[in-house]
Parts: sequence; C-alpha cells; structure tokens
Amino acid sequence: MSESSDCIVFRDAAVRRGDRIIWQHGTFAIPTGSVTAIVGTNGTGKTTMMKAELGLLPLAAGSLTVLGRPAGERNAQIGYVPQSYASDIDSNLTAEQSVLLGLTGTRFGIHLVTKAQKAKVREAMEFTGIADKAKYRLSELSGGLRQRVAIAQALVCDPKLLMLDEPLANLDLASQRAAVHVLAKLNRELGMTIQVVAHDLNMLLPILTGAVYLLDGHPHYADMGKVLDSDLLTHLYGTQVQVVTTPQGDMFVTPTPDEPLDQVQDMHSATEVAQMHHHSHDSAASAPGAGKAGAR
Amino acid sequence: MSTIDFSFDPEWMGTLTAPFMTNAFVAGLFIALAAGVMGYFTIARHSTFAAHALAHIGLPGATGAVLLGLPVSLGMGVFALVGALVIGALGKRVSEREIATGTVLAFATGLGLFFARLSSSASQQMQSILFGSILTITTDQIIGFAIFDVLLLVLLAIIYRPLLFSSLDEQVAQAKGVPIGVMNVAFMAIMAGVITIAVPAVGTLLIFALVITPAATANILAGSPFKAMVIASILCLAAIWLGLVLSAMFPAPPSFIIVTLSTLFWAIAKGAAALKAR
Repeated sequence: MSESSDCIVFRDAAVRRGDRIIWQHGTFAIPTGSVTAIVGTNGTGKTTMMKAELGLLPLAAGSLTVLGRPAGERNAQIGYVPQSYASDIDSNLTAEQSVLLGLTGTRFGIHLVTKAQKAKVREAMEFTGIADKAKYRLSELSGGLRQRVAIAQALVCDPKLLMLDEPLANLDLASQRAAVHVLAKLNRELGMTIQVVAHDLNMLLPILTGAVYLLDGHPHYADMGKVLDSDLLTHLYGTQVQVVTTPQGDMFVTPTPDEPLDQVQDMHSATEVAQMHHHSHDSAASAPGAGKAGAR
Repeated sequence: MSTIDFSFDPEWMGTLTAPFMTNAFVAGLFIALAAGVMGYFTIARHSTFAAHALAHIGLPGATGAVLLGLPVSLGMGVFALVGALVIGALGKRVSEREIATGTVLAFATGLGLFFARLSSSASQQMQSILFGSILTITTDQIIGFAIFDVLLLVLLAIIYRPLLFSSLDEQVAQAKGVPIGVMNVAFMAIMAGVITIAVPAVGTLLIFALVITPAATANILAGSPFKAMVIASILCLAAIWLGLVLSAMFPAPPSFIIVTLSTLFWAIAKGAAALKAR
C-alpha cells in the first residue's frame, strides 16, 4: 500500500510512562478510509495509543505519522471524542453551544458567530440525528444523545480522521446501534477515516475494516478477517473467546462456566494458544489449529 | 442590653445620597461585572471551592498588610495570587486538590488571625475583612477596581473562546491545540484578582454568595455561556444595589442583605426550575 493512502503510520513506535514501557515495536499502517478498532484488555495502552496519535504523549522511540505529518501537527483535521465524555458531564450548556465550541473554541480574539458557522453546526447535528435537540442542555440529554452531540462537535470542523475513545461504553443497545449507524454513515458518505477504542467489538463488527490489537506489549494491525479468529481473540482477551457466524454477520462471544453443559464449544487451552502466538506473532490467522472464524 | 431595633429609617433617602453611598454603588458595578463573568468560568471549571479558598488564603495577606502599614488590597491580592498559582499547579485530580486546598485554607485563616492579634489596628480591621465593609470603599479603591475590570475585559476579549473551550471540554480543547496549562494559570490569576476586588464588598467569608451564586442562578436561566455571564453580572449587581438601598432603610449590615438577596435569587430560580421539570 502506498504511503499516501495511509492515514496513520507507525514505525517502530514505543510509548513509555515513567519507567514502564506501555507498548513498543509498533510498525504498521492504517489505510485512509478505514474503520479500525484499537482492542486489548484493560491497561494495555489503548487510550495511550490515541493520545500518542494526537501528539499529546511523546514517543519513547520510533516515529508516528498522522495524515502525512508527525503526530500532533494535523490535529485541526482530526475530530476527537474522549472517553466517558457522555457519562460524567453535568453541563448546563445547550447541545448547540457545545457543538459550536468544536468550530470556534480554539480561536483567540473577538469573533461573532457567523451565519455560516451556525449552518455548519446545524448540519453536523442533523448528520448525527440530534438537530431537534439543539436547544436542550447536555444535562437533560441521555448518554446516547450526549455521545451524538460529542460526535457532532468532533465532526463540525470537517475532519479527515475521527477518533473516538470507548464511544459505546455505558450506552444501551439502541443508543449503541444509533452511534454505530452515525459512524457507518460518516465513513460511507464522507469517506472519513474512523478509529475507535473499544472493549467490546461485537456492535462494531459490521463496520470495522481492521483492528489494532495490543498483545504482549506490542501493537499489531490486521484486517478484520484475520482478527476475527477465536485463537487470537482468546489470547488477546485472556479469556476463552469464540467466533460464531450468524445470519447478521460474525459475532464473538465469551462463554462462561455457567453455559449449559450440553453446549459444544470450540476452544483451545491457554498453552496451545500461547504456542500458536509464539509461532506467528502478527498473523494469527495462519496459526495451525481449528476454531477459525468463517470468512466474512 | 439594648433591644434589637429593626425599625424603618425614614431618613433613608438622605443616607443614599451620601458620598460614601455613591462610592459603594459605583464599586458595586465594577465588582458585579468581574464577579458575574468569572463566576461562570469558575463553575464550568469545577473550581468553586478553589474560589472560596482563595478568599481565605488572602486573609493573612490582608491582616499582614495592616500590620506592615501597607494597603489591605495589596496584601490580599498578593496572597490570593500566590495561592491561586499553587492551587492551579495542583492539577485536575479533584479529590487530592480539594484536600490540599482545604488544608491550606484552614492554615491561612489561622495565620490571618495570628497576624491580626499582633497589632491593634489589624485586629480592628479583622471584622471588615471577614465580613466586608462596602460603605467604606474609597475613591482610590474604585479606581483600582476600574483598572482591573478594563484589564479583565481586554484579556477576556483575547482568550474568551479558548478559555471557554478548555473550561467546558478540556480533553478535546487540548487535542485541538488550546494551551490548557496557560489557560489554567490565566484563569487562576484572574480569579485571584476578582476575589481581591470582591472581598471589600462582602468579606472573605461571604464571597461565595457574591461570586459563585449569581453565576449558578444564571446557569439555571440560560444555556449559552455569554448570556449566562450577562445574567450573572446583572443578578450580582441587583444583589449589591438592592442590598445597599435596603441597608439604608433598615438597620442591617449591607453584607448580610447582599448575601441574602443573592441566595434568594438562587433559591427562587432553583425552585422554579424544579417546578418546571415536574
């Protein structure tokens, strides 16, 4: 894949916090126009990766290019929705005012809000389906609607890349669907590159084209077909994971000891998985063994 | 013991036209403008406790200044500014910041008392520093207030939007390149100034009701930051001016009436909002 068609390029990148290396030897490229998830268990550095891509955390080694420039230089073209934005805000601000900040918030000096800016705000809110909530205060909106306000605020400045940290956390099923639908539309209609930090991929599977997975202190990137592998996911999450193909598409599920006894599960022991991972570090799909996901 | 006399004073119009009253009204205007605007930012930044603490941290500065024969506002301002910068440096971890702020608040108040006891003049001024003395504001002080307000408005004209963005949405603002460290220092420094000019009106103990409460009331009434700031300033001004008029009519300290009115406005707005929500 040529350099110009890649949105985010990692070259032997590493991030350190204090004396602890969070992750290192990250060498991969995320293509423009893709929808990727950053996955991994708690504390593996998913949010850290997003902060590094925004240039908010310096790299301990290597290089990181975003939108063709070193990380942090093109942030004006990046829409960012931080974690738990939707849950802990008790703001009296109206939805419209909040979205407007995404457009005008960085400007020093006196500027009156122009008609064009107002139209832009309205357009962004219409896109995320919250135009009728413009005059509501954030504190009056549900978590799902606030998340869509946050997405509208992120996309009001016409970003090329949208980054969302756990956008579906704490949302109910319907709100998760609505948020995923907005992301799908952004990617399809505006060709926006989207990156999402996520714990649970199931809801996002229909729109994901690839994933960055943080495994054993190294980030890897793979197309979605390769990530959807029971062996890899089991190792990645440190608990048994199964990929099943349903009429709605692939799902991955985490069976618990509380499952009915007669259910047959296709799983591997931990040693078996570690062995497979050892042999093929960044391409788990080529690992031997059963339990593959059906091709999507 | 004399009986408490709450009788109406028929000479109140005469009191209102006295020169010290004129000074108080003009001072009220400048204080309300600064307090209304910065009150909004203080709430948006979840820094209301820090604002309250700054007034107390200024106390030893004020009594210390009297001890040294310096202007009260100077001592107050310097201590509040240093306190503001230290609190600002404590960062955003709310629980740790609040404990550190509260501890320094208590220590500073004690130190203020100690300084006050070292000289009789400081001891005499202690009550007016704690509870305010808007009727004794001098023309020199008013000039100082006016200069501060002009500086405040000029500075805000430059940093208004980035300060707002970083106050309401710090993580996104930081990602978008707003210098949030600079904004934090600017906010805390301005806050120290607002506290310094508002203390003469109601004193260090009652400052919360003058700087924060009108902004909280305005937040209930308006969803746009600019509107909320304007409404907060108007409410603050109404509390001070009405307080002065009522204190001329009835024998009650202005600080008490000002704080009561501010609280009353807030309670009414809160009650009305609760009724509307049902």
